[in-house]
Amino acid sequence: MNLTRRQALITALSAAAVAGILPRSASAQSLEDAMAAFTGGAEASEGGIIITAPEIAENGNTVPVEVEAEGAARITIFAAGNPNPGVVTFAFGPLAAVSRASTRIRLAETQDVVVVAEMADGSYQMAAQEVKVTIGGCGG
Amino acid sequence: MEGVRPRVRVDSATEAGAVVEVKTLISHPMESGLRRDGDGNLIPRQIINRFTAEYNGEMVIDVTLEPAISTNPYFEFDATVPEPGTFTFTWYDDDGDVYTSTNDQSF
Repeated sequence: MNLTRRQALITALSAAAVAGILPRSASAQSLEDAMAAFTGGAEASEGGIIITAPEIAENGNTVPVEVEAEGAARITIFAAGNPNPGVVTFAFGPLAAVSRASTRIRLAETQDVVVVAEMADGSYQMAAQEVKVTIGGCGG
Repeated sequence: MEGVRPRVRVDSATEAGAVVEVKTLISHPMESGLRRDGDGNLIPRQIINRFTAEYNGEMVIDVTLEPAISTNPYFEFDATVPEPGTFTFTWYDDDGDVYTSTNDQSF
């Protein structure tokens, strides 16, 4: 089921990119742009990333998320449903024991958390997980 | 920014090459720049935009933070401790302030 949803997301993203229908505004960067900025435009293949996040987050102001991608040099988290998609980028140095990190993030609404990893060989992997948010963060 | 306090908890390595879990937390509002005050004016952005963890000068993790990181940024990760020495943790504030914390490892 997860796989299907991820595939659906990726398909939807590519379709949206082709059709140019991803929402844009003057100040906010789109998820597509943010991903391209991270990968340098390279394709990200699916899998190779473990995302640990709650299925339902009652408080969008602080949602615990852990990401792990074996052998990744960098891992970045995007939240497409936030005013700006970028959340955090982890760059692992020579003394990082594993390419794993966890933090707490803000989610404005129910959305897919998209994670992209740059592997040691320069290729890119991606994965996504939906988090349902009861009370949105980034409050205004 | 005044009153910002880093807190760090690190396992103690028992031998060279051991892997230790590192947990860091720093008190900071992480003002996103998207919120408005009571009069409808935007509250200016002020966040910690970068966090690094080094051990004896070698990088463990270099983190770029955006406004979507929660108040009081928390990070947890795993580090290799190749020899006795010192972890240095550094947080960089939008206002130019830099906060540091250290942790010694001896075994």
